[in-house]
Amino acid sequence: MSGSAEMDLRFPIGLLFLLLGAILTVFGVMTNTDPAMYLPSAGVNINLVWGIVLIGFGLVMTGLALRATMRRTRRGV
Amino acid sequence: MTQITSLDYVVMAIYFAVVLGIGWALRRRMRTANDFLTSGRSLPPWVTGLAFLSANLGAQEVIGMGASGAKYGLATAHFYWIGAIPAMLFVGIFMMPFYYGSKARSVPEYLRLRFDEKTRTLNAIAFAAMTVFSSGVSMYAMGKLLNLLLGWDFDTSVMISAGIVLAYVLLGGLTSAIYNEVLQFFMIVFGFAPLVWIGLKNVGGWSGMTAKLATAATARGLPEYAYTNVWQGMGSAATNSIGIEWFGMVMGLGFVLSFGYWCTDFLVVQRAMAADSMTAARRTPLIAAVPKMLFPFLVIVPGMIALAMGDHVIPAKLTAAGTPLMDSLGHVVLDYDLATPMMLVKLFPTGMLGLGLTALIASFMAGMAGNVTAFNTVWTYDIYQAHLKPNGSDDHYLWMGRVATVGGIALSVAAAYVAGAFNNIMEFLQLVFAFVNAPLFATFALGMFWKRSTGHGAFWGLVAGTVAPAIHHGISLAAGAVPGVKGGYFGAFLRYPSEMAQTFWTAIAAFATCFVVTIVVSLLTAPRSDAELEGLVYSLTPKPVDDVRHWYQKPSVFALAVLAGMVLLNVLFF
Repeated sequence: MSGSAEMDLRFPIGLLFLLLGAILTVFGVMTNTDPAMYLPSAGVNINLVWGIVLIGFGLVMTGLALRATMRRTRRGV
Repeated sequence: MTQITSLDYVVMAIYFAVVLGIGWALRRRMRTANDFLTSGRSLPPWVTGLAFLSANLGAQEVIGMGASGAKYGLATAHFYWIGAIPAMLFVGIFMMPFYYGSKARSVPEYLRLRFDEKTRTLNAIAFAAMTVFSSGVSMYAMGKLLNLLLGWDFDTSVMISAGIVLAYVLLGGLTSAIYNEVLQFFMIVFGFAPLVWIGLKNVGGWSGMTAKLATAATARGLPEYAYTNVWQGMGSAATNSIGIEWFGMVMGLGFVLSFGYWCTDFLVVQRAMAADSMTAARRTPLIAAVPKMLFPFLVIVPGMIALAMGDHVIPAKLTAAGTPLMDSLGHVVLDYDLATPMMLVKLFPTGMLGLGLTALIASFMAGMAGNVTAFNTVWTYDIYQAHLKPNGSDDHYLWMGRVATVGGIALSVAAAYVAGAFNNIMEFLQLVFAFVNAPLFATFALGMFWKRSTGHGAFWGLVAGTVAPAIHHGISLAAGAVPGVKGGYFGAFLRYPSEMAQTFWTAIAAFATCFVVTIVVSLLTAPRSDAELEGLVYSLTPKPVDDVRHWYQKPSVFALAVLAGMVLLNVLFF
């Protein structure tokens, strides 16, 4: 049994970061009009910026997992 | 105290739900004791590689390295660029063939195959005690920190985190611990990378930080490069922030402590032994070495930024009465362990703060779970099966593995309440490792590469190698320390400029004693025949054949590339 055959770890990792990224992005957009909130983080809306980064990483992980699943299905495994 | 909002709690809750979900999803795969304790040798190398790294990402890494970054500056990167990396490459290329190839289920079990039962038992007991202790220290640090930062109740924090680790390890065994370690790895990277980015922005980038740290260094009577360079000033203990000269650094940290830890500590080696093939097992530490090389920027730099931001970021250590602690010269003693957590709290707005705190808690849990899964295996196979109940059924050992998981966590919680006399967790752990781990590399190196070494030699070498550092510690004292837990309990005959120097030389004493005693006793006792040692000793084992298609996929080529990267980093930050 290969570890990835029964449970591809990239799925839960990808989904976790997609979800966390979405929450931070939405919150970042909502608070974008509040510059005082982002004074400590050097004026960067870190929730928005980092939320997008997390979504990107989540997409890459789920994408890799999906590709592996499709390859296995095609091979009929 | 920081106010965290419900959004931060939501981020934490999602993470814990996924952690427990992974354990839940794996529960049906735990059919035999080997599934539970060794993952049935089934995992791909990228998973075991990241877990290899993550199992070590406990309290001493994230909090301790940040603390040392604030205390010693970039010189702390020696723990990586001369410490961990060469040792990780060595274990992957030269030692993994014996660990994995011998079919041993644990590091102590390899010692039984190569030497004898008594050597294994000595190592197993010392190791089991150390894992419980490390896990307890980690838990104590977390409880204290969450109490200080967020006002959470110490007992509740300890119980909840212990409960979560217990749940996912009980459900999914080592596989669950390893999968969660991979998850924790990404949490830590994504939680701390923005801290470094925002932190550097705050102090005017790398050059701004360098300028500010130069001022801080001069103010403490050190050369201005002391906090931002790794090798300059290593010629003498007086011209660098760690207070040690290059020889003690390279031998003590680079050779003895790092090789002793990365090459023989079952906590990390267990991850590689869970890999699905020999090549995967050998690649495990090599894959781990790539991110490890860059970790100083993630875990040390936040401490350096805290130092650069000025005195107000790192709070004073408090006495039992709640007043700032003063040293013998009347200066306030800073609580360096708070450097990284304070950075999180000061720089992150709500939302990101939840992510950062989750990453921090994840790091504590990774360390805890790593210790517990190593403990339950060593207890079940090397102590229980070896001495208490040799011929039990597999179901019985699976049951024992689960009982040991509960017992290990209960003991860790107990240890958490005992820990806490040192102002820097990492130095404390290094001290424990000096007694237990430092002589081990001598035993394994001689066992793997010198076929003449014998069981009696290894056993007495280890005993002498554990007593020697205790004696050395007892007769030496660091500048400014008082005799007691910091050494000098037999009288302060040797003086060191810093605790770190004392620790490194303690380790050197342990290694040298073990090495010499093992050789002498081995030569006086009867060796085993060559046939018995096949697969266990370098000269009597066929070289492993790499099942790879191209030359550049060979573990040795990969290792050379990592080595080149390490040399480059040392040169860049010389």
